[in-house]
Amino acid sequence: MLDDFNFRIIFEYLPLFLTGLRNTFFISIVSIMLALMTGTIACACRISSIKLLKYPAIAYIEIIRSTPLLVQIYFLYFGLPTLGLRVPEIQTGIIALMLNSGAYIAEIIRAGITSVDDGQIEAGVSSGLNYFQRMRFIILPQALGATVPPLLGQAIVLVKDSALLSLISVMELTRCGQTMTSERFMPTEAFLTVAFFYMCIYFCLKSLADWSQKKLIFREAY
Amino acid sequence: MMAFYFSRLVEIFPFFLKGLWMTTQIAFISLFTCTILGFVLGILRSGKNKITKRLIGVYVSFVRGTPFVVQVFIVFFILPEWGIQLKAFPAALLAMAIMGSAFICEIVAGGINSISKGQWEAGTVSGLTLIQQLRLVIIPQAMKVILPPLVGQYVLLIKDTSVVSVIGVMELTRVGWVTVMRIPEGLMVFSLVGALYFVISYPLILLSNYLERRMAI
Repeated sequence: MLDDFNFRIIFEYLPLFLTGLRNTFFISIVSIMLALMTGTIACACRISSIKLLKYPAIAYIEIIRSTPLLVQIYFLYFGLPTLGLRVPEIQTGIIALMLNSGAYIAEIIRAGITSVDDGQIEAGVSSGLNYFQRMRFIILPQALGATVPPLLGQAIVLVKDSALLSLISVMELTRCGQTMTSERFMPTEAFLTVAFFYMCIYFCLKSLADWSQKKLIFREAY
Repeated sequence: MMAFYFSRLVEIFPFFLKGLWMTTQIAFISLFTCTILGFVLGILRSGKNKITKRLIGVYVSFVRGTPFVVQVFIVFFILPEWGIQLKAFPAALLAMAIMGSAFICEIVAGGINSISKGQWEAGTVSGLTLIQQLRLVIIPQAMKVILPPLVGQYVLLIKDTSVVSVIGVMELTRVGWVTVMRIPEGLMVFSLVGALYFVISYPLILLSNYLERRMAI
């Protein structure tokens, strides 16, 4: 099946793939940082008791979670110009990934916070701790342990999702595979190489997630 | 101008319904095949045979480690090199089946592994065959663990059908993409596409939330 697998062509295209890999890294890291911020804010709004913050947050989270990422990307890619905004593709992509992952991260953080037992909060109140002290000393240390592994899982999903940016011609890893296929018509070499690079990223993040699962989940939180 | 485009969009709305129908078709067929394949693989993965376990493990980490777009390209562009020529629609279904079954396999294997060993032993002692043990003792209990993430996975699968638009299957996202070339109102066109996806997947999200609450002890 792979008798005529051509390694030479891969070496020839290696610089292109490395550029793609670098862009994928860049996009993923920037978007996960922004998504963490968006997610934290969205989660804070979601659990607050102020209706004006709560309902928009719910709408944002549910709309993002029930539409495909590709539709969100196209929405921004074709939609922003009609609003008169000329945004480069890569930034459009990062905004789309940020908004998408932000909604999922908001739900992850919320699950972590609500997993802390009510009795803990009551104990904090009766010990005379104020809201921020309770958050700092009681809720967050316990919630964080439960949050880190799923957050790393979301990071894995985000790296894979960044492949969809190839469809709005962002020069990342998958796009390099497409470029090589259209230039030389060697899809086997191109896409297996792309898959190989993604697998490498996946295994790094996966082992990190497994390690954090072991380290953090069963740790006594106090 | 906006109103003009809006009336144009209303005019071609049947086109969107056609796309929605295609999306539903792909979604239903692949949910069905993925569930069956996923259960078979999941049961094998939680079994005792080391070699099948390893092989399924490799398959699962390949699928989980690569983006779905890349898998679609592999199915659509690489299989013809090996003499398997597929049209866009069957290729899309095959890619969906490969992707979905790996994720469902993990969910099922996790559910089965959560059942304590004593249940298997009790089954053996009662003289049940392996199939009977699975069908009567293990799976009914494991379902409690399996069901909420399974429905969640269904939602993800329905959303992932949008990706097969890249190989030219005329489903909802592709319809939106084609339309936006004629009606340059991206916000309007893709709001409509998003709303149609919302209609299919939001009920399933609610079901998944309900099951999660219901099954939590």
